[in-house]
Amino acid sequence: MLPLPPGLRRRLGEGPPPPTPAPPPFAPPAPAPPLFAPSLLPPLPPPFTFAPRRLRLGPHHPLFEDGDVHRHLYLQGVLTSLAEVAERPKVSEFSCHISGCCQVFDTLEGYEHHYNTLHRNVCSFCKRSFPSGHLLDIHILEWHDSLFQIMAEKQNMYKCLVEGCAEKFKSSKDRKDHLVTVHLYPADFRFDRPKKVKSGPKHVSSPTKQGSSMPMDVSVEMSEQFQVDPMEIGPSEHTEIPRPAASPSSSVPEKRLYKSRIPSTICFGQGATRGFKGPRKKV
Amino acid sequence: MGTDSITALRKARRQEQLVSKRLLREDTAAEEGGQDGAEIVPDPLSEDEVLELLRGVQRASEDRKRSLSRLRWALQNKETQQKFVRLDGSIRTLIGLFTSSLADMQMEAARCLHELSHSSDPAVAEACLPVTSYLLTYLSGHSVEFTELCLYTLGNLVVESEAVRKQLLPQGIIPVLASCIQSPHEAVLEGLGYVLSQLLQAKEAPTEIIPLVLDSVLPQHMLRLVCSGLKAGIGAAVEFAWCLHYIVCSHTANAALLSLGALPALTSLLLDLASEIPQDAPEGLELLVCPVLRCLSNLLAEETDCEVQIQDERLLVALFLILQCFLQQHPFIVQECLWLLNNLTADKPFFCSTLLGLDLLPALLQLLPCSQMASVLVLTVLCNIAEKGPAYCQQLHQQPALPLLLPTLTLPNPEVVGQCLELLHLLFLHWPEAAADFVRQGGHRALEQHQSTPELQERARALLDMVGQPLGASTFSPCHATLSAFS
Repeated sequence: MLPLPPGLRRRLGEGPPPPTPAPPPFAPPAPAPPLFAPSLLPPLPPPFTFAPRRLRLGPHHPLFEDGDVHRHLYLQGVLTSLAEVAERPKVSEFSCHISGCCQVFDTLEGYEHHYNTLHRNVCSFCKRSFPSGHLLDIHILEWHDSLFQIMAEKQNMYKCLVEGCAEKFKSSKDRKDHLVTVHLYPADFRFDRPKKVKSGPKHVSSPTKQGSSMPMDVSVEMSEQFQVDPMEIGPSEHTEIPRPAASPSSSVPEKRLYKSRIPSTICFGQGATRGFKGPRKKV
Repeated sequence: MGTDSITALRKARRQEQLVSKRLLREDTAAEEGGQDGAEIVPDPLSEDEVLELLRGVQRASEDRKRSLSRLRWALQNKETQQKFVRLDGSIRTLIGLFTSSLADMQMEAARCLHELSHSSDPAVAEACLPVTSYLLTYLSGHSVEFTELCLYTLGNLVVESEAVRKQLLPQGIIPVLASCIQSPHEAVLEGLGYVLSQLLQAKEAPTEIIPLVLDSVLPQHMLRLVCSGLKAGIGAAVEFAWCLHYIVCSHTANAALLSLGALPALTSLLLDLASEIPQDAPEGLELLVCPVLRCLSNLLAEETDCEVQIQDERLLVALFLILQCFLQQHPFIVQECLWLLNNLTADKPFFCSTLLGLDLLPALLQLLPCSQMASVLVLTVLCNIAEKGPAYCQQLHQQPALPLLLPTLTLPNPEVVGQCLELLHLLFLHWPEAAADFVRQGGHRALEQHQSTPELQERARALLDMVGQPLGASTFSPCHATLSAFS
């Protein structure tokens, strides 16, 4: 326990100090004549080298060692976690309110994720869903905007997909080359498929690809034709739960009005917990 | 945690091999495998079993979801992880599921990738290289849980592999994080802070990463989130505080941070933190206090004359309240506080006179025996004070300081003793009465012990001269005649 003066904490509550710095402590009475009057003192003896200086420490300084270890233990989940463990509410079952979608949920988070994956950034022309508004906007522009095609003949219109990169290209292929060489994107990046030669939104369902409502098998080499590719699938995405009986792909709603939105913040209640895990022990 | 493990961690830290990762996992009874809550690591699977799981996941069937869950469970085991990534097409399959619009599958695949990212085998992390562009793409999404998972997966990959970082930068991770930091969700912000903190610790950070960060809106948001941490989102505040620390201690960016008002903002935060303790202090507050102290100390050490901004006696009050609060449970905070105290007292006399005026000297002296590092720092601060002149030395002497300094002279540590000698020199120089008292209390005998210690002997002898007790006083030259009258 440190011997702190009483009433110290109160001083925190007081307002900012007066502008002038505090004077040095009381002026002392004249000290007894020093043994060595200052003028007779030799210059500062060489062995004493102290000079006050502010210390500047780099990331690996020994002073940081203990604190860094503590931080490490915190991240590894060994210490008590600061934040409350995130909880997901368990509610009674409810179904997605988008007409035609029969997915069912028992947590709001599960619903949120489903909605965002499948319904949120959906192209109203061809029903493809996208991971973000950004990619959706680019898709609409390039696939469904006739003016775009006209302008693209004259100037570079294909925008780079990477946020923060302002480059534009005259063709989808040029853009892909840029993505691969400059941004180190994979050559088969799933959200940059070139527009199909066959026009019209209906081709996207490719009923031949999926005779049933079950997702296709995936062979190892052809996983990029994984039929749950969002760029390829339209309304048949609704095969969330493989149900042999239903054929959701046959009932394509004509126009979808995605007016209703879930609020961007969801309040969580009680339910399953999620948190940071520490080292597991072998039994 | 046993002391052996702590020692091992310290050693790893010294060798710059401390790799920290965060693991986000669900708490379901079925997984834990026991009512007693014992956490079990699954045994490794055989190659065939792993292959069977992979096939189960590639095959479209009712069972696919279940296979994927079993895979996720199995991937908690390091050997299984290694076997899995070596299988042809395994990562491609996971990517396929990860980028599908089947939300359940996507989430489960994301959890598999997260387990892989947490592996202590760097080869496993590097196998996840093809995933990074997708992880980034999904950061612009809206599902909080999914985004959080992607962020922690990214953060784990970043710390493990330079190849991953080399790829993520051109893939645009910094602009994406800069957008993400405007999210209102605390879980997302904490994950974001985690990724950034891992990026900023990379050895190439000062040249490759920090400049990009400074060019974005990240610094001002980081500062804002650190300073509002007590009210909303202390988890995120902790992450961003460590981010700021990594930036500041690289000493490449401090002008920019100072111009953002970091110094007054962090000072204000420290005052707030001090007023929270000990009554309402949340568990783990030291994780926020520590990096804030470090930032303040290093920012103060910049050449610019910035301490004028924070000449506020409340800062000293806060510092000592923090010291008192954490002394027992988290003694590492002591050296962090003392470093700040040094930087505050080194140049201008304001904090020296405030320390004396607020009667904080007894508390400071009490910290002397805490640890070797604390001893050196306390003595250095005392030197800072003594160097300011006779009035200060008088107060030190009248504390009284000598009774606590004398035992320090007998410690076996030359660095500590050396600093003590420097202090005594200043004391005797400015306030000779201290020299007389020193001899009266037998201090000169302690000095004589050091005449054969190389680092100390010159200074010990010089001090003995000062107090009129030169070695071999029997052989004295005329100028020493007056000295014997003194003693």
